[in-house]
Amino acid sequence: MPVPTDLNFYIDPARCIGCNACVQACSECDTHKGVSMIQLDYIDRSRSTQTVPVICMHCDQPTCAEVCPADAIKRSEDGIVQTARKARCIACNNCVLACPFGVPKMHDAASLMMKCDMCYDRTSQGLKPMCASVCPSQALYFGTREELEELRPNSRAVDSFRFGAQVVSTRVKMLVPKSFAENLLAVTAPLERHHPGAPGAAYVDPLLANLYEEEPA
Amino acid sequence: MTRRDPEEMTIAPDGRPLAEQPKWRRDFPIDVPQDQYVGRREFVKFLALTSFAFAAGQVWILAKSLFGVRPAFPEVEVARLSALPVGGFLQFDYPAPGEPKLLVRLGQDRFVAFDARCTHLSCPVIPQVAQGRFHCPCHQGNFDLATGRPLSGPPRRPLPQVRLEVRDGRVFATGVSERTS
Repeated sequence: MPVPTDLNFYIDPARCIGCNACVQACSECDTHKGVSMIQLDYIDRSRSTQTVPVICMHCDQPTCAEVCPADAIKRSEDGIVQTARKARCIACNNCVLACPFGVPKMHDAASLMMKCDMCYDRTSQGLKPMCASVCPSQALYFGTREELEELRPNSRAVDSFRFGAQVVSTRVKMLVPKSFAENLLAVTAPLERHHPGAPGAAYVDPLLANLYEEEPA
Repeated sequence: MTRRDPEEMTIAPDGRPLAEQPKWRRDFPIDVPQDQYVGRREFVKFLALTSFAFAAGQVWILAKSLFGVRPAFPEVEVARLSALPVGGFLQFDYPAPGEPKLLVRLGQDRFVAFDARCTHLSCPVIPQVAQGRFHCPCHQGNFDLATGRPLSGPPRRPLPQVRLEVRDGRVFATGVSERTS
């Protein structure tokens, strides 16, 4: 039974309080006991305590599946990108390196990539995913668009992301303030700022330049 | 967001239509519905090839039974008549060592010999001449003493029979016939 198409997953990073309830709930699931498929990322650890839960965004053109040499990652008809098929996964790490969101994780003990499949056993039965059912601030929300619009009148859902030259549209939606007008979240834009005043370099790798940026005095 | 046709294949990164994609992308689609899709031509090809394989197998079996080499059995002296009383039995290896057979003298001129291994799980059978049967103690299987056919218990196939010849007061084994019923 596929996941109903009117049920969507919404992430509101602004609501995340970093309580790790989702991580704990995910790792308690019987299908991958003890291993969490969700992680909490710090947005800028040195300056802020703000966290964001990272689940699989279930891309319309999944990069992880594109790069899989073993044909192990499949997308079901309801748009859910399933976790690697056990018999096929060769633990090559291609998907781990390729996913722009950093979702797939390699489990070396099992030589198997495991990733969030939006709790397919639950959502295909109309239940909420584990993480969304425990999130106390509802930063992870699973439901219909109508429900969400009623609950969050000041938010708007965006499902397109730009990473460098790659534009990714996803089944999971990110909530942004209504005042944010764009339909495309340019995720890597802050990394792409060139530093015109950088001495002694004709071309500065935007990623490296950002990494080694000096703290302002 | 545009709602995608669930039957539609994931759009390739270069955005070109499916017909212009390389063969590997058509052969290994990302979407489960396309991955599991079996076209009519593919299905008919499968049916035809499988049927052909079965037909070829039949021809192979026929050719093997017509032209195949039958195993040649040596003629081996098993016992002297004087050494085996009526109702007595004797174990011997035939045609090769490690293939135990049982010779039973049923009457003055009646000899039978069968494989000593139960046709169920190859336990050695015990001749019980008084009860007129071979008994397998492993799973309580019984075979008829005169014909080697299963009487009771798990065995369903009869014991392979040894062809015998009696001449000059001696018993010779001349061959083994495997039987299915």
